[in-house]
Amino acid sequence: MSLYTLLGALEIGLIFSLVALGVYISFRLLRFPDLTVDGSFPLGGAVAATLIASGTDPFAATVAAMIAGAVAGLITGWLNVRLKIMDLLASILMMIALYSINLRIMGKPNVPLIMEPTVFNILQPEALVDYVFRPLLLVFVVLAVKLLLDGFFATQSGLAIRATGSNARMARAQGVNTGLAVLAGMALSNALVGLAGALFAQTQGGADISMGVGTIVIGLAAVIVGESLLPSRKLYLATIAVIVGAIVYRFFIALALNSDFIGLQAQDLNLVTAVLVTVALVVPKLRQHWSGKKGG
Amino acid sequence: MLKAQDLHLTFNPGTPIETQALRGMSLVIPSGQFVTVIGSNGAGKSTFLNAVSGEQKVDSGSIEIDGIDMTRQPVWARARHVARVFQDPLAGTCEDLTIEENMALAKMRGRRRGLSFAVKPALREEFRAQLATLGLGLENRLSDRIGLLSGGQRQAVSLLMAALQPSRLLLLDEHTAALDPRTAAFVLELTVRIVAEHKLTTMMVTHSMRQALDVGQRTVMLHQGRVVLDVSGKEREGMDVHHLLEMFEKVRGEVLDDDKLLLS
Repeated sequence: MSLYTLLGALEIGLIFSLVALGVYISFRLLRFPDLTVDGSFPLGGAVAATLIASGTDPFAATVAAMIAGAVAGLITGWLNVRLKIMDLLASILMMIALYSINLRIMGKPNVPLIMEPTVFNILQPEALVDYVFRPLLLVFVVLAVKLLLDGFFATQSGLAIRATGSNARMARAQGVNTGLAVLAGMALSNALVGLAGALFAQTQGGADISMGVGTIVIGLAAVIVGESLLPSRKLYLATIAVIVGAIVYRFFIALALNSDFIGLQAQDLNLVTAVLVTVALVVPKLRQHWSGKKGG
Repeated sequence: MLKAQDLHLTFNPGTPIETQALRGMSLVIPSGQFVTVIGSNGAGKSTFLNAVSGEQKVDSGSIEIDGIDMTRQPVWARARHVARVFQDPLAGTCEDLTIEENMALAKMRGRRRGLSFAVKPALREEFRAQLATLGLGLENRLSDRIGLLSGGQRQAVSLLMAALQPSRLLLLDEHTAALDPRTAAFVLELTVRIVAEHKLTTMMVTHSMRQALDVGQRTVMLHQGRVVLDVSGKEREGMDVHHLLEMFEKVRGEVLDDDKLLLS
């Protein structure tokens, strides 16, 4: 594997670590199985790419993509909290609705960003080549997001969201408006996914209607791989685990696809993902099984 | 002061499994009074408690606390005035959060939650001091997940949590029922101490007639969704469990007679 492929894997891994953090918030903290992600990732890409292509400042376009993601999450949450639609179904409804919405936003199946400015080429110093600078900038972005999340979930409001996911009845008895907490958590989660989509579009040369397919599986894979590598209930360790999981996952994919002797090709990506997630799900159980035997 | 008036609640109305859980239930608890509530299974004890906390909406009647009408308010809005300890020791705390995070959550019960850190050093010291009074060594385990504690320990912490923030009413829902006898005695003792310390207006639902007479100043018995017996003061002081049982049998007989009249 060349340095170029390695840095490429790191770059995509870092972008997907934002998705993974979003998925961690919905699936783990709120215990809300949210598939909106498959729609809010391309939504972020579509909003950012369309705005940039029409001459908007890339930073403003990226913020707009986050807001769009947050709104998508809010609607999913609202379908569940107010209209009492089952969480999984509410998110599937939102996901397919977003497919049409994304096509409407872009006006066509894809919006290329070849010559347009992006947050990456605006900030890029002369001394660094783009494929080195992009992962470097992303490391800072991801770390900043991680620290902000750790901080937020230690505040009174953040604690209320975590309590809602952990024990909603208790949270209500403590005066937490649990419906509102779900909405806030879903908005935050999908804002991160929208951000990831916007950054993805700006590193991959544009947005495409199919860029969201399987985002949720990749996000979950990252969470699960991270949790089996660094099992911890402490939030600041869990967020690190999720980020590491996303990067490790991407390295495995790159390794699998770039090793000629295995003979895998790009179209095998989803199969590799499924196998990897299965392994990551089974390993902790086996570990428990073995340690249980030793103990008994 | 709690003022519940003429509460009616029917589960599954119009179906073969229709149950009239509350049938004209009324109860007034003056401020500072500690009332114990007893009754057989299905008498409406838990339903009444849930109606007061807001988990169960009533069909008719009104619930006021210190003159504020609570009848239509959701649970989280009532939490400002009402503190609660659940029967299930696992229900009153968040197992994924640490001891101090759980206490911080309770410290803000019914108040606006902002973006300041939930556990600050001064607060941590307050929690530590509170936990030390339990004598369970929990003051050294503030950052342990509460899921690691035993049921009794969690119930004791729940009680502390209920008193971290002033409340107009404390609801205890058979909160010692799921504990072993020794732990139950400890938690009950703690309850009496905390209620006295904070002069809390308290309603304790219990399955044990002994417990109902031993603590508090007044005992109320429910049957078929309303109050059938209400004793306090001198009358209650001289009472023993067998007195209660006799009165219960008498009341139940009378109610049965009433039904016979209705049916004939």
